[in-house]
Amino acid sequence: MPLATSDTIAILADNLRLRKSVLPIPAANAIRWTEGLHLRRGGDTVLYTGQMYQLIPYIEQLVAAEERLGDSFLAGFTGFGRQVNRVLNLAGFMAHPSSAERSVYDRIPHNVALLLRRAGVDFGSLFEDDLYSGALIYDLGVDEVLAAHARTVYEVFQKYEVKEVITIDPHTTNMLRSVYPTFIPGYELKVRSYLEVLAERGFGPTRRLAGEVAIHDSCVFARYEGVVDAPRQLLDQAGLTVREPAHSGIMTWCCGGPAESLFPRRAAEQAARRVGELRAVAGRAVTMCPLCFVNLEKAAEDVIAIEDISDYLLRACEGPEGESDGQL
Amino acid sequence: MTATLQPDLAERVGMDPAFNPSACMNCGICTAICPLGLRHLPREVFAYVVLGMEEEVLQHQEEVFSCLLCKLCEVSCPAGVHITENVRALRHYFDRNVFRLQGR
Ligand code: SF4
Ligand code: SF4
Repeated sequence: MPLATSDTIAILADNLRLRKSVLPIPAANAIRWTEGLHLRRGGDTVLYTGQMYQLIPYIEQLVAAEERLGDSFLAGFTGFGRQVNRVLNLAGFMAHPSSAERSVYDRIPHNVALLLRRAGVDFGSLFEDDLYSGALIYDLGVDEVLAAHARTVYEVFQKYEVKEVITIDPHTTNMLRSVYPTFIPGYELKVRSYLEVLAERGFGPTRRLAGEVAIHDSCVFARYEGVVDAPRQLLDQAGLTVREPAHSGIMTWCCGGPAESLFPRRAAEQAARRVGELRAVAGRAVTMCPLCFVNLEKAAEDVIAIEDISDYLLRACEGPEGESDGQL
Repeated sequence: MTATLQPDLAERVGMDPAFNPSACMNCGICTAICPLGLRHLPREVFAYVVLGMEEEVLQHQEEVFSCLLCKLCEVSCPAGVHITENVRALRHYFDRNVFRLQGR
């Protein structure tokens, strides 16, 4: 067990140091969400994914392998794998999600781009230079590796002369807004999540999605970044009635996701408890983080439908004006 | 029970001035509220750090790495203990001194 934990951390840290991501994925798949959007490259304001949504299907492939291997998803490569991984990307051999598995995660950043356009925001993308933030390595305490990676990411923003970054998920938001400034002297970048941007500017829904949804706040948005009101305001504008589970807002309950890379069983148990809380208040739930989404969806089975907030918001902008026919 | 205490342990674990396990007054709110039901982290492990009981700290590796860093305990802590930052510092200590990750 101690060896497996140390090897897992070592492999993830080596990947970030050598390949700029804990789990390097093909560049074409990392930027598939931009297809059809005709985004400009760079500019004052960019929409930044930190590859968080795109990474999820690859992480899931590794977690599935873990279920065959033991308590830590890279346990099968103990010792030997740690050495091999330095010269060869082991994850590349293990993780091959299908295009169907990838499509939901490509859709979410695409949704966000469409919503920001509706709100009249002028933004570009960094495409293949949109790098992973290093959030997992920071959480695992490998600060020396994170510090070097943070500087690499910041240099990319400087190269493109970016002044403002619009983020999607809570982890990238927290890293770029609150963590990087503690590692980089003179760090200057305005960072806001798209939920905050849309709440401020309005996103122009054309119909009201009558219905109830249980809200699952992300720990990182609610307790690290103070993002609590914006998603409620947006869901309300979309016509939905937001139901608060027993733990919500600043006192939200974690989905269990952060335990997944080292202790997947603990992660699954916590997700099942959280699904129970959400199910107690509504038959549908809304998430705003890819880790929450995947972890809760796996635990949800058929008892509750989980969707990302961007899916709900975009649906309120599509179709004829007026009330929906009860379909969410 | 360890035979030798290491009075400088807290200094060696702490990464910056925000590291404050000694602020804990052992009220137990964090233990009561933790969604994972962690029994020894934060307060007991923090006490081992403050008391210099390194062996006991090392025995709790699994709890140190299981913590979700969800901050539910931290926003409820009456003593303003920087629980998640302290847990990250403990992980950094394991990374360096047990897993030998740094400088590789
Ligand atoms: S809630 Fe704070 S003061 Fe109370 S035991 Fe936990 S860390 Fe210590
Ligand atoms: S931060 Fe860790 S110790 Fe605190 S409530 Fe969350 S899982 Fe439990």
